[in-house]
Amino acid sequence: MKLGPVTQFLMNDTAGKYLLSVLLGIALVIPALNLMMPEGSALHVSTYTLTLLGKYLCYALLALAVDLIWGYCGILSLGHGAFFALGGYAMGMYLMRQIGDRGVYGHPELPDFMVFLNWEELPWYWFGFDNFFFAMIIVALVPGILAFVFGWLAFRSRVTGVYLSIITQALTYALMLAFFRNDMGFGGNNGLTDFKDLLGYNLQSDTTRAVLFVASALSLVLGYILCRYIVSSKLGRVMVSVRDAESRTRFLGYRVDKFKLFVFVVSAVLAGVAGALYVPQVGIINPGEFSPINSIEIIIWVAVGGRGTLYGAIVGAVLVNYAKTYFTAAFPELWLFFLGALFVVSTLYLPRGVVGLAEQILEKWRSRHAASLETSGQNATGQAASARDHSPPEDEKNDDAGTNRKSAVELSTN
Amino acid sequence: MRMSSVWLKRLLHVTAVMTLLTVNTFMIARESLAAVPDEELLAPMAELKSANFSKKAQLVVDLSNIEDERVLLILKGMLGGDLYYSKQSADSFFVLSSGESGYLAQNVLTAEMLSDISKRDYKKISVNNSLRRLLRETLASLQLRSPNVETRIDAARAMMKSDDESNIKPLRQALQAEESASVKKLLAVSESMLVARYGSSHERVDAIGRLKGELYPEVRSLLAGFLIERDGAFLEADSDVRKAAAEALASIEDLVAFNKGVENVYFGISLGAVLLLAAVGLSITFGVMGVINMAHGEMIMLGAYTTFVIQQLMPNHIDYSLLVAVPAAFLVSGLVGVIIERGVIRHLYGRPLETLLATFGISLILQQAVRTIFSPLNQSVSTPSWMSGSLEINGALSLTYNRLYIIIFSLMVLFALAMLLRKTLFGLQMRAVTQNRRMASSMGIRTGWLDALTFGLGSGIAGIAGVALSQLTNVGPNLGQAYIIDSFMVVVFGGVGNLVGTFVGAMSLGIANKMMEPFAGAVLAKILVLVVIILFIQKYPRGMFALKGRAAED
Repeated sequence: MKLGPVTQFLMNDTAGKYLLSVLLGIALVIPALNLMMPEGSALHVSTYTLTLLGKYLCYALLALAVDLIWGYCGILSLGHGAFFALGGYAMGMYLMRQIGDRGVYGHPELPDFMVFLNWEELPWYWFGFDNFFFAMIIVALVPGILAFVFGWLAFRSRVTGVYLSIITQALTYALMLAFFRNDMGFGGNNGLTDFKDLLGYNLQSDTTRAVLFVASALSLVLGYILCRYIVSSKLGRVMVSVRDAESRTRFLGYRVDKFKLFVFVVSAVLAGVAGALYVPQVGIINPGEFSPINSIEIIIWVAVGGRGTLYGAIVGAVLVNYAKTYFTAAFPELWLFFLGALFVVSTLYLPRGVVGLAEQILEKWRSRHAASLETSGQNATGQAASARDHSPPEDEKNDDAGTNRKSAVELSTN
Repeated sequence: MRMSSVWLKRLLHVTAVMTLLTVNTFMIARESLAAVPDEELLAPMAELKSANFSKKAQLVVDLSNIEDERVLLILKGMLGGDLYYSKQSADSFFVLSSGESGYLAQNVLTAEMLSDISKRDYKKISVNNSLRRLLRETLASLQLRSPNVETRIDAARAMMKSDDESNIKPLRQALQAEESASVKKLLAVSESMLVARYGSSHERVDAIGRLKGELYPEVRSLLAGFLIERDGAFLEADSDVRKAAAEALASIEDLVAFNKGVENVYFGISLGAVLLLAAVGLSITFGVMGVINMAHGEMIMLGAYTTFVIQQLMPNHIDYSLLVAVPAAFLVSGLVGVIIERGVIRHLYGRPLETLLATFGISLILQQAVRTIFSPLNQSVSTPSWMSGSLEINGALSLTYNRLYIIIFSLMVLFALAMLLRKTLFGLQMRAVTQNRRMASSMGIRTGWLDALTFGLGSGIAGIAGVALSQLTNVGPNLGQAYIIDSFMVVVFGGVGNLVGTFVGAMSLGIANKMMEPFAGAVLAKILVLVVIILFIQKYPRGMFALKGRAAED
């Protein structure tokens, strides 16, 4: 299959087109409302809201990364928070170096926590972080390399399913324990905080925040285009076949481990970038970001939104995090009940997430509409069919069928 | 299971010895309470008021020959210069001590306490150096002659701290008269220690030789003291002594290191036992149903909270609370497990990843429920008296009873589970489903029913683990979270659905963790173990004891 130009695969992606338009729209409108509208105006968007939305966008990018591997390749990583946090730490280290001698202890070079620990000089792995571009390379490189090494080991020896989920969880758990240690040189318990400025611009100023917001939105747009490009390419088709029938794909001659490794690394890099955008907006990064619960929460964003759709992940991330912001402020007691129920309900009743639900309703409406207009033309059904092309196959049933067929193959070969 | 029976025997032995000991001391204690009439004590004491020092020495000897507990108090007071007599009333003697506000006076005869007294109303019975020495000697031999074994042990143990040459004589006398082997041993060590300090060069080397292999910290610091070097010169001038001390110290250090190692292994085994309890239920449900139960940790937590509630219900019978808590926790957690299986997991078969997420959701709900019902804070669960304390093996090694019992308990659970799997119809069916669900189902096994029971069983065992954990760590809403990842590691390491694998996995993880801790620190040890497992699973993706054959293929 010959791949068309960039626009080609996006043209077929109706929901994606809407999503991208909305994203670009808010990237323009929200900062404008924040900066240009006067404080008291009804249209004014407070900086708090702007930062909150920017945070959601970072989460959305992270969810997108998870959807790419889970929704399309069947790799359920319970450790994606680790890549996010690593990206965040790389950014945090750059921001720490930017503080210079404005820290509490006023040391020209060492961050406060190192002075506090009586360290004489910067550890070797802190060198170069005063350079923005070096730091940005590290943001992508460290999660990428970790994902490569880990994935290479895991996929090569065919660690799959729940086993893989568990060891990814162990990975982020181990990293959390490691980053909690003071001797690691990443600020231990408190992490990195008290950032002053980014590329010379004050992080507290509204303009910088607005720029960061736009950067997050644009990164999300680019991330979406990249993921869409990957899943609509031939590579994407193989990924889906790996998800649905891994052994069969292998028997057909595809090197399953290489495909998996590739998407895993891409996804880790995306997560790292999301982390790097997240840290300057929230102003802190600490080892809590590595905690296994955070990683599992990402999964629920994707599950609620609808996996295997990409835009579903974004919708889910925003929805769940909005709910979290609302609940933790209004009913802090209820939040975990709600989140827990969300896990159960979405797995039991919403296997395709809210996006899937919306599509179902839409489809029903369309077919009724089409039936009433049957005489006048078949346009609507054609559109519905093309929409269905991009919704995920009903993986649950396929999963089952896949195992059935697999066991049949095994029976016959034995 | 031979191992557990040996431990049991050992334990029985220990308890038997302990009961004997306590019975003994009770009898002796009653004997020693026999006191002489006050006049007999007062006669020599009245003379103390005005006697000169040589007369006082005679009086001290007289006093020490009186068989009465109160003599100890008098002589101790005198030694400390705290023995006074009242100027107002004749024949009343007091030991003075400074209390929170002013002086306290204790009547030596009636043990009555007077507080806030004026020191001016009392006159001190003065002592000089030679008298002090005599007093010390007398006191030591008095205590060593006490009819009470425990007093003798305490006295002998206290002797080790003494650096008083005058103690050698009473020690030797006591050593000859002593019948109890344990006291004798302590006395011999104390005597050698003193000789090592004050004997002739030859005697000292000999005594140091006898101290080889003694693990008491006092012995170690004594020997180390001989080897201190200051300003280029040894504090101990005698080179033979230094050599002997160095030799003895080296052998002791070896022994200490060995005991330290044994202790680490013991800690490792006890951690392994906890992991075993926590992981074995997980392993069974995973093996039979192919389902990862993320709420397993919360089942452990429920068990621990059940213990807490049971203790609240029977505050006067804490000693028996655990016996009630074990079946109660099994039922509570097992019931919750069955409800979860019937309510949620049943609908998700064949979708392991979704099950994982759904059970994680349940775990969040359970955690928050406990937070709401009880409190977000840790609850205090008390330890029954029979589980506190420790079994002292020697000066450098003592095994705490709570860990000992938990090891025994987890082995018992493992044994019971093995019996259940091997000897019952339920176990047979469970194994059949583990190996090949479809085939088992075709043979008429009601797999759905079996799944519910298996899940209940796994959860119930987690509840029991919670009872055990409540004795080791804080009982709070996050209790389960702390152990769930370790339990996963055990299952992944040992292989799914078989008890041997879980046992070996739990023990090796526990021991590896504790052996690495001394030089790597607790956190780093944990990280290393995790890294090793992540690497290990590359080589053995299905664990150490993976099921072989067709069943193993996904």
